[in-house]
Amino acid sequence: MIAVIDYGMGNLRSVQKALEVAGGKAKVTSNPKDIGKCDKIVFPGVGAFGEAMKELKRLKLAGPIKDAIAAGKPFLGLCLGLQLLFERSGENPGVKGLCVLKGESKRFKFKGNALKVPHMGWNNINKNSGAGARGSKLLKGIPDGSYMYFVHSYYVKPEDKDVILTTTGYGIDFVSGVCKGNIYGFQFHPEKSQGTGLAILKNFVRV
Amino acid sequence: MLTKRIIPCLDIKDGRVVKGINFINLRDAGDPVENAKYYDKEGADELVFLDITASHEKRKTTLELARKVAESVFLPFTVGGGIGTIEDIRALLNAGCDKVSINTSAVKDPGFIAKASSRFGSQCIVVAIDARCRAKTRSRNEWEVFVNGGRTPTGLDAVKWAKKVERLGAGEILLTSMDYDGTKEGYDIPLTSRISESVKIPVIASGGAGSLEHLYEALTDGKADAVLAASIFHFREYSVGEAKNYLKKRKVSVRI
Repeated sequence: MIAVIDYGMGNLRSVQKALEVAGGKAKVTSNPKDIGKCDKIVFPGVGAFGEAMKELKRLKLAGPIKDAIAAGKPFLGLCLGLQLLFERSGENPGVKGLCVLKGESKRFKFKGNALKVPHMGWNNINKNSGAGARGSKLLKGIPDGSYMYFVHSYYVKPEDKDVILTTTGYGIDFVSGVCKGNIYGFQFHPEKSQGTGLAILKNFVRV
Repeated sequence: MLTKRIIPCLDIKDGRVVKGINFINLRDAGDPVENAKYYDKEGADELVFLDITASHEKRKTTLELARKVAESVFLPFTVGGGIGTIEDIRALLNAGCDKVSINTSAVKDPGFIAKASSRFGSQCIVVAIDARCRAKTRSRNEWEVFVNGGRTPTGLDAVKWAKKVERLGAGEILLTSMDYDGTKEGYDIPLTSRISESVKIPVIASGGAGSLEHLYEALTDGKADAVLAASIFHFREYSVGEAKNYLKKRKVSVRI
């Protein structure tokens, strides 16, 4: 069973449904016990960084999530779910993230109105050839440069460049996917990225 | 590279698509899922459902629609029309839609935009602005915001209002020119470029599309990030694929 972590801030039906179409059995849950029982975890983040951490702590989910990751369960963080894996974010500077990966999230800043923020819409993912990317099964069969659906104002800056799985160009080349062992994270929404997104979820189901 | 978005818009009444795809291959032209699947296959980048249901009681059918669409199509979609409370937004998001578009209630109470975006995140709060040229001559380039489906003038200046909704936390602006809507003469380029240049959030141009050239103009001269169109797609004058191929040929970055 794949646990889709719900901390009460947004809709997870499309994530659950997409995982099911991809061949998995998914349960939307905010129960820490399910995190222990499941085989895999999908963590779709919604809302603001600080608020999300507050809810994770209130629901006593932060600890079990970290334990499951440490135990080697395949873990997929989406959008804010990727950012929460890191130590901190410019969105709420005082708040500590899950600290599973080293680094932080920063807000897009462009001179004038050169580029709009949020970064919203379909953009390419460029596969990285670094250490993290080599071991990854999630992008199997996904052509380099595939379009994915993005909507975000912050992007992650990992300290360890080896975790970079994909990058995407928007004024700068930012990290749109990470991978470290059993940990995966994407800034884009595979559950909203039509067939290519579903193919990534299929790969995750099969990991 | 971020691509420009092509967004078909569907009118919804009592949970059914009205003026849906006028196409023989569709078993049921009023079925929102059939319509959504069709546009999904054609390569639409997002979908917008505009709820024109008159009675409040029947709004439940819109939730049912959102639920069904979210379960069958993995494409971002927005629902707009008649959204007035935080509860309305929560119900729609929970049903599975990705963004909600608010209009009249945002003008009535601008604080609603702030409340909604801090609660659910800017990314899902679209503010729809219906604007009409205020001056008799177009050279003055002043537009007024209208609400209640274009029936009620507000006295608000569209450019100032756009800046304000951005400040309040809107994630995107859906800008409709009332002067051009339904004319098929093209989008209001001066209006669209003025608004797009005044804010940092994405702007969707709407109202007036009659040809592929019009889409091109809105995305280039109009500086829009996305174009919304209804009839040219529904009545099969052009497919979304044709529109994208045309734009690509003219060097507009689109997802094909």
